[in-house]
Order: sequence, then structure tokens, then C-alpha cells
Amino acid sequence: MSRLDDLRDEITEALRRNQADYLEIRLEESQTSRLQYRGKELENISKTASMGGNARAMAKGAWGFVSFNQMDHLREKADLAARQASLAGKETSQLAPVSPVVDVVPPVIKKDPTAIPLQEKKQLLDEYNDILLSQPRIQTSILFYSDSYKRTIFASSEGSFIERSKIDVMLRAAAIAREGSEVQQASLSIGSNGDFRAVENLHQQIKEIGQRAGELLSAPPAKSGEYTVVLDPVLAGVFAHEAFGHLSESDFVYEDQRMREIMTLGRRFGSKHLNIVDDPTLPGLRGSYKYDDEGVPAASTCLIREGVLVGRLHSRETAAKMGEKTTGHARALDYHFPPIVRMSNTFIEPSSFSLEELLADIQEGVYAKNWYGGTTSMEMFTFSAAEVYRIREGKIAELLRPVVLTGNLFVTLENIDAIGNDLDMNQGGGCGKGMQVPLPVSNGSPHIRLRHCLVGGR
Amino acid sequence: MERILSLAKKKAEEAEVFSVSAEETPVIFETNRLKQLQTRESQIIALRIVRKGRIGFSLTTQRDEAAALVSRAAEVAEFGAESRFELPATNSSANVPVYDPQVESMRLEQMVELGEAVIQQVRQHTPDLVCDGSITRGLLSIHLWNSRGGEATYRKSLCQVVLNGTLIRDTDMLFVGDSDSSCHPIYDATWIAHSMIEQLDLARNIATAPAGELPVIFTPRGVASAFYAPLAVAFNGRIVWQGVSPLGKRRGELVFDQKFHLQDDATLPFCPRSRPCDDEGVPSRRIVLVDQGRVQDFLYDLQTAGLAGTRSTGSGSRVNGGLPMPSPSALVIGEGNASWEEMVKDIKLGLIVDQLMGAEQTNVLGGEFGGNVLLGYKVENGEVVGRVKDTMVSGNIYQILREIVALGKERRWIAGGMLHTPAIYCPRLTVGRSQSHYSGTGK
Repeated sequence: MSRLDDLRDEITEALRRNQADYLEIRLEESQTSRLQYRGKELENISKTASMGGNARAMAKGAWGFVSFNQMDHLREKADLAARQASLAGKETSQLAPVSPVVDVVPPVIKKDPTAIPLQEKKQLLDEYNDILLSQPRIQTSILFYSDSYKRTIFASSEGSFIERSKIDVMLRAAAIAREGSEVQQASLSIGSNGDFRAVENLHQQIKEIGQRAGELLSAPPAKSGEYTVVLDPVLAGVFAHEAFGHLSESDFVYEDQRMREIMTLGRRFGSKHLNIVDDPTLPGLRGSYKYDDEGVPAASTCLIREGVLVGRLHSRETAAKMGEKTTGHARALDYHFPPIVRMSNTFIEPSSFSLEELLADIQEGVYAKNWYGGTTSMEMFTFSAAEVYRIREGKIAELLRPVVLTGNLFVTLENIDAIGNDLDMNQGGGCGKGMQVPLPVSNGSPHIRLRHCLVGGR
Repeated sequence: MERILSLAKKKAEEAEVFSVSAEETPVIFETNRLKQLQTRESQIIALRIVRKGRIGFSLTTQRDEAAALVSRAAEVAEFGAESRFELPATNSSANVPVYDPQVESMRLEQMVELGEAVIQQVRQHTPDLVCDGSITRGLLSIHLWNSRGGEATYRKSLCQVVLNGTLIRDTDMLFVGDSDSSCHPIYDATWIAHSMIEQLDLARNIATAPAGELPVIFTPRGVASAFYAPLAVAFNGRIVWQGVSPLGKRRGELVFDQKFHLQDDATLPFCPRSRPCDDEGVPSRRIVLVDQGRVQDFLYDLQTAGLAGTRSTGSGSRVNGGLPMPSPSALVIGEGNASWEEMVKDIKLGLIVDQLMGAEQTNVLGGEFGGNVLLGYKVENGEVVGRVKDTMVSGNIYQILREIVALGKERRWIAGGMLHTPAIYCPRLTVGRSQSHYSGTGK
């Protein structure tokens, strides 16, 4: 039992008195442990606790939203959200119908990170740090570890009452090399839904980033221009997320007539072998969940089937306004924010090619691995590779400096001319939209080959 | 709060309680109309202790969790970093006004009307433009107490207006927008409408982007998107102490063009990033970082200053109440003497960069930036001939800012008050362009 459970009667009472078209209350408590090294200095070690909540109401087609840390006077807060909604609303409320759900969703726990003593976590980071700092030309390191346990109660005026718990683990490691005023870095980012083992036994990978950072000091930059590019599963996953995933979020589309025309179901975006799926129901990934933050059951959603747009991600409002089925993709970073349409686990389905086959007929190209980040404006997107090699005569050749790649949605998906057979899901990313960052998601893909990809360089 | 401090003093040599309470009221517009009203109240109480010479830290959102807060901080202090600082015993802060009671009395109706007025004005010019935006008023209360008797308390008011517009023609998307923020209330945002209309006019035609090594003018917004992140890390005392700032060993050296001046200033009255003292109670002051191209100073908080054997510059900042780290308050780049027209006229073939996308997602520590030109214009024979697309620029600030043709004589605030800068005109930058322009309807 926790303090959230003491609030059950107050939640029920606030919802019963509701005057708005729709009202929901979401309360949350969390505990987080963090450790961060910079070089030899354990810069941050902390244990923090947080509790807060929000009330969200819809009236006449508009929303009111009140978030808070003081857990008393829930009814007044719910009333304020309802008043705000009526003040803003001038139309008719539309929310896709869902059956009320009463359920308890326990956390996925394999090796529970929250049960491991701080001493042991520190020991693991010490081992990794020693490896990083002993590589040639390494000036310093950054190691960041966090685990958090989060419990949420969601209740709506339609009768839903859902308790959910989730444990998230993250490890980021960066090696920073320096020679004179030249600074280069290489990094690694790993996450897991409830399994500490994901961040254990990474000694070999840690050593590799240490070595690579040093090697980057003498690596040449790429020359700016268009190349045939092969992306590894990690970077191809980021590509799928940025290049297409965000545009499938219906809140960018639902009230904008021109966007609706561009995103008409049935439109061709890529060639026949391209399939993109978003699936929160995959077991145990960082973007996995049973219900979204509107209490809607999560559903696997095919976005692109054989190159053609066949589906999109919805909140209850976007589904209602577009006359489509709910998919359960309304997610909130935490109680400070209302849910908005987000991805979960997004991936390109595998096809038949081996990496060797993808590389075989490339005379001069770029092999890009691992991510620094990615961003999109819908039409244009960029994604950046942290580990880049030249491809020469069908073979991976020398290491290059990190590059930013960019593309245009309406061209680039069609330029994927071959898809590999080695699907892998990357658990190390966090997605940002509006102010809500980083939301746990996973991305994945097999190796893919892109023709005419614009690569930044010198 | 006093209870937390007195409990902590029983378990530790030194203790410091930092609390922030905030109330924000955003009015949110979507697809040209009012969509959402919000009230966001939040509270964070952070405790930092020094126990057996080591730092412990914890935070909570609940006022009544003093005992748990203290015991968590004590638990982690066993492993914490060695303390290298003394908490300031003074309670003297710089005289920096950041609170205007008028912000609190802004009525929701006024805020709604302000947003509606801008949207109406811009859509009168371009009826197909779809606008989103927000008008926010907010109040922050900051309190700091420490076991050496140091204390700081201040309130800050904030008002922010953000408006963005998207114009779609076939699959071409044009993004325009601007924003304003202040500790004073904002009652009139007509200038944002004018700025958006100017962007729409300049972007009306699409021009074939040039490629190669070309002269580039970064508008103030372009300066923010390309240079802010690499500059902010390079002057961070913690990065310098780690030995990975390219500037670390170059204090006093001529690193940038002699026309380049940079300072960090938290003392400007009623600026959103100003404050009478930093998040450790050290009084704010103006810090000259670059004078006539020469590196002068770096930014320090207490612990970093202790490690580096220097004094805090009053730059300790806490993100979401976490442990203090050195961070710029408001970076201010000195103005030059060129008018906008003079700079544009000077270019035979080149580019104006107004918004870069993804520029920070590369090796910023090494000074790199690179991204897609989300909003930028081609200049031919001294005139803007249209918007460029499918274009990216990349470079390194230690090369680009080494040689500057000119800085604009007018400056403006960007990014919620994080940067005050003129336009910067650089002689050459690598510009890449995609050959495969999208031309069909694709349906």
C-alpha cells in the first residue's frame, strides 16, 4: 500500500461529480536512483522520490488540464480542469468510444534493478570506467546509470480504473579522446524494461567505444554529398522513427486538411518490400505497455504495408475526428503533461538480404552505424551517425568522422532499395515531442540500403 | 524547510535545502484556434549534504517527507564525491529585478485575445497558413538555506509567447514562427506577426540551393541553432576541468575573430534567464568569456571551482532541482557595425541560414555543428532570391568563428532569453545539396 491508495475515495468522488463531457485523473509516484561519473569523479549519486498527478477534462471540444504535486483537494483540481475546458470550448467533444477497463498491470521484472544495492551498481560502473579510461588517447569518460520505478493510477469518468507499474533502466557510456585542441567521442546507450542484466557484461562493448574514440582523432571527415548509404539496425531504427514514425502520429494530421490529403491511406511512400510497424504489445521492450495514458488497450499498428500507407497512430480524439479505430498511442512523459500521440516500438520488418549482399555492388558509399540523434520537421528529417565507415568496392573500409544525414520523406523512403534479414530492436533511445522528453521507446530494423542520401561533411 | 535543515545538520557537517515552487498557466492554440487551457503547479525540494567529507543528494516533491529525504541523502553520501567547496554564508544577492506583479494579474481572456490577434493578422496575409502556439504566464518562487547561515529568496515572473505556422503546398512544407519572453507581461505581440509575415514573403519562391564552399549569413536564430550548443559546452568549467574543452588550455589566446565578443550575463533586469544569485546562493555577475576574440574566462559552480582551484562565477544551475552544474544564464554576443542590407548586398552567391534542424546532434564537444536548413534563403548578386530546400550545412565553430566578415549592428533575444545576438556573416561554409528534388505529386 502506498499513499496513492489512500486517495481512491477522493478520486471516485471527484469523477462522480464531473460536469464536463469527459474527465480523467492520473496520479503517479516514482523512485529514481542515479549514478554519474565524469572521468574518475562520481559526480552524482542520488536517490529521489516524486509524487504528483493531474486532472484532464474535455468540454465542447476543448481541453482543460491541471497538474500538481500537492495531492490534497483533488476535487477542486478536477473542477478547475472542467471549468478551463468549458471556457476554451466552442465545438462538440469527440472521443472514440472505448470500453471501461478495471485492471492492475504489474511491472515486468526479470532481474529487478531497484532491488540491487547501490554498492553493486557503483562496482559495475567502476569496472566500465576503468576500461574506458585505460584506452589510448582517452582524456575522460562519462558514465550515466539510472533506474526508476513508476506506479500510475488512471481513472476516468467513464468507469476505467487502471493501476500500472513499470521499471525502466538506462546506461549511457561515452569515451572522450583528445589530442591538442581536437576532441572526439564515442558512446553507447542501453535501456531495458525491468531487467538489470541488460546493463551487465558490457565490458567488451565498453572497450570498443574507448578504442573508437581514440581512433576518431586520426579519422578523416566525410566529404559532403550524396551517397549510397547502408544503415545498421540501430541507425535504421532511428531513421524509421524520424523519417516516417512521427508523421504517422495523427495529432499532426487530424485537424489539418492539407496534412490529411498528404497522409491519405493508400498513398505509396516506398517500394513493395517496405513494411513499417508500431507495436506496443511486443513483450518486455522499453516502449511496451498494455494500456496507454487514456486507458485504451494498446494495439499493434501496421503503418506501411508493401510500401503503401495503411495505418496511423491515434489518441481517442484523433481517432474520433478521423473516423478510424483507436490504437492506444496516447502517452504522457509523466504527470506534468497531458497524453499526446506517441510511438512505442517502431520497426522496419526484415526482408531477405545479408549485409554482404547489401554492400556488394556499392563502388563508393557510406556505412553508418549507431546514433547521436535524429529529428524531423515532417517533410525533412535528419539523423546522425556516431560510427561511420567508407564503403569501397563492396567492402567496409576506413573509419570516418561522425556525420549528419538528411532526407526528404517523400523521396527517401522510395530510395530504400534493399532490406536486410537481421532485425534488431534498439533499447537505448528516448523520444522527444513538445516538451515531453525522453519518453522510453524502442526502434528497430534490419540493415537497409538507401540510394542518394545526403551526407554532411567537409 | 527549516525542519529538513535541522534534521540534516544532525547527520551531516554541511547541509543545503533548495526549493522551487512554480505555477504556470499556458493558453494553447492548435490549428488556428484555442484548444487547451492549463494550470501547472509544481514543487521540488532538494537536499545536498556533506557527510564525512562526501556529497549526498536527494530530492522530493512532497513537503512532509523530511525524514525520508534526509536519510536517502545520507545513504548516498557514503559513495558521493569528495566535497571541494564551502557553502556561502552570506545572504547578499545582486540587485537584479526579475519579478513584475503585473504578470500574475494577466487575465486568461487577454492571453487568448493576444494569440488570436497574431493568428488573425498572419492569416490575413496567408489564409492557408495553419498556426499553433501558446501564451504562458508563470511565477517561480525560489528559496535556498544552508547550514552556514546563508539564505536566498526571490520570486520571478515569466511571460512567454510562441507562435508557429505551417504552410503546405502539395508535399512542400514551410515552417515559420517566432517567440518572445520576458519577466514583464507581454500585451502586444504584433512584432511576431510581422516577423512571420516577413518569413513568408522571403520564402515565397523556392530557389535551387547552391553547393560547395560558400559565404553564409546566420540570422540571430541561425546563430542560436548552429553555435549555441558548442559554445555552451566549451565554456563550461566542468568540461574545462575534465580537459576536453577545446578552449581549456587557451585562456588569453586569440581563438576567435577579433570582432567576436561573448559574455554571460544573469544581471540584465527583467530578462527571463536573469537571477539575483545562482542556485547555490552565489551572487550573479556579468562574466566576460571572449574579449576581442581572446578567451577570458569559464563558468564555474562551487564544486567545479573547488576542483579547478578557482572561484565560483555564480553559474551553478540545477536542472529540475538536481545537483548544481555550471551553465550559462544568458549568452550575449557583442554587436558589430554592419546593417542587414550591407551584409546581403556583399554576397555574390551564398546562403542565409535562419533555422537549422539537427545541428546539435553531432560532436558539439569538438565544436562541430551540421544540419538540414529548415528555413534558409539563397542570395544571388546581393539579393534574396528564394528559399532553399534539401540543403545541409556543416562546420566547426573553431574554424567558422575564427574569421568573421561582419556582425550585424542590431541584436535580438532568442530561445526564451538564452541568447542575445546579432547576425553573423561568415566567409565560407560547406553547403551540401540533394540532387534528387521531389517534383511529382506522388499519390
